[in-house]
Amino acid sequence: MTTEPMPTDRASTQIHNIGYRHYDGPRLGRAYARRSLFSQSLRGAYGLGRSAKSKVLPMLLFVVMCVPALIMVAVAVATKAKDLPLDYTRYAIVLQAVIGLYVASQAPQAVSRDLRFKSIPLYFSRPIERVDYVVAKFAAMASALFILTAAPLIVLYVGSLLAKLDFTEQTKGFAQGLVSVVLLSLLFAGIGLVVSAVTPRRGFGIAAVIAVLTISYGAVSTVQAIADTQDNGSAVTWLGLFSPITLIDGVQTAFLGATSAFPGAEGPSAGQGVIYLLVVLGLIAGSYGLLMRRYRKVGL
Amino acid sequence: MYDPTVARLTYRALLGRRRALILFALPVLLVVIAALVRGLTGADDQTASDVLGGFALATMVPLIGVIAGTGAIGPEIDDGSVVYLLSKPIKRPTIIFTKLIVAVAVTMVFSAVPTLIAGLILNGNGQQIAVAYTIAALVASIAYAAIFLLLGTVTRHAVVFGLVYALVWEALFGSLVAGARTLSVQQWSLAVAHKVSGGDLVTSDVGLPLATVFLVAVTVLATWYAGQKLRTLKLAGEE
Repeated sequence: MTTEPMPTDRASTQIHNIGYRHYDGPRLGRAYARRSLFSQSLRGAYGLGRSAKSKVLPMLLFVVMCVPALIMVAVAVATKAKDLPLDYTRYAIVLQAVIGLYVASQAPQAVSRDLRFKSIPLYFSRPIERVDYVVAKFAAMASALFILTAAPLIVLYVGSLLAKLDFTEQTKGFAQGLVSVVLLSLLFAGIGLVVSAVTPRRGFGIAAVIAVLTISYGAVSTVQAIADTQDNGSAVTWLGLFSPITLIDGVQTAFLGATSAFPGAEGPSAGQGVIYLLVVLGLIAGSYGLLMRRYRKVGL
Repeated sequence: MYDPTVARLTYRALLGRRRALILFALPVLLVVIAALVRGLTGADDQTASDVLGGFALATMVPLIGVIAGTGAIGPEIDDGSVVYLLSKPIKRPTIIFTKLIVAVAVTMVFSAVPTLIAGLILNGNGQQIAVAYTIAALVASIAYAAIFLLLGTVTRHAVVFGLVYALVWEALFGSLVAGARTLSVQQWSLAVAHKVSGGDLVTSDVGLPLATVFLVAVTVLATWYAGQKLRTLKLAGEE
């Protein structure tokens, strides 16, 4: 073996030059990859950039979410009402089934398919870290939910201004509604993603998310109704801690001037509201933590 | 009409791994709620009827039906492994019938048994309420499993459509529009339960003869059509 390398020029040593060249353009880096993942996930949540069939369900749910707002506005304008028939903060509570179906159908598609087709390792071969993936998916899902829940509020607000309702009152209600919707989006996105990141099966993810959202609400409201007939007001309030939508209801009753949808319309007081808020924030942080843990070693 | 191997595979697909978790969690939740309510109110026939009717029959049974019914065939079609089953010399209707039997059995076990236990906890089967709702759950299991099995063969979004039917149609429209109640598995099964209990606490908007006809017709038609559908099944790629 010769230790001394032969002084050769590269062209002559190459057996076959097919003209590969180095990429020496600008590297867009981690932030760009994170942004791309975010926008791709957000578009995907409404079926944009996917097949026509997968656009149907999210768009349909979006329309279903907005139509009642349009009807209410039309009624308010036509009858010259003094007030909107439904509070801004109450809207999402009333239409929670639609929101639940949306989370259930879109959260699994955001994460389950990456797991099932093993495209996670491909993501991580890019210059993004685990935290980027989790943050991008979480933010995209929360933004998609925010669009879904804030759009009808905007319709209501614009409509109430057109109907010449009281400006300051409506603006205040609208702002309170937006805050509650932000909390709701973060909470539901967190829960939906954590549940659906557990399974690579899309169908099973849907059922699991719905089970967590609807069954917990069904169970809580059933027991609340019974506690209410027993005039056990404190039990009604504490039971509200056990399902996502009643949590949001409790927070906005305590801090955002909403009337509670609990049986007996007895929401939590400000002190209990702090606990509600802490539980909500804890759940959001917890679901972020769980997602980070879930992706510590996945498909690698 | 019944193939033990297909049945065994379906059982393992349904009860293996994490899917079983939901199937176990829901009944446990029902029993916990029953215990909680009993603790809050004591034994009360009306309350027992409310909990069993409102939570067990209206929410839990359809949801377990969706999971078991679509889960019996949906994932196989979804990941394409159903071709290995279809390429065997077994009649397609036999496959569907076997899967239906498994789905019905799973739904019955996971919905009727906890309903009975919850009923016994709530009021110790006073006025036959526990037994009546258990029978309603048993009857509903058959129809739900057949409907959702059909959905599993028809569409890739079977779970979503199943949930829309179970939660939006039966729960929401059923309580708002009286006509929707005539076309609801829940009401049909309640009609049967009403006949069994003979009391006034378990009532239905549908008469027993009509309910029986609907139940049988829906189950048979759904099973037959699912068999036909499986004969001409096209495997689509992931969108």
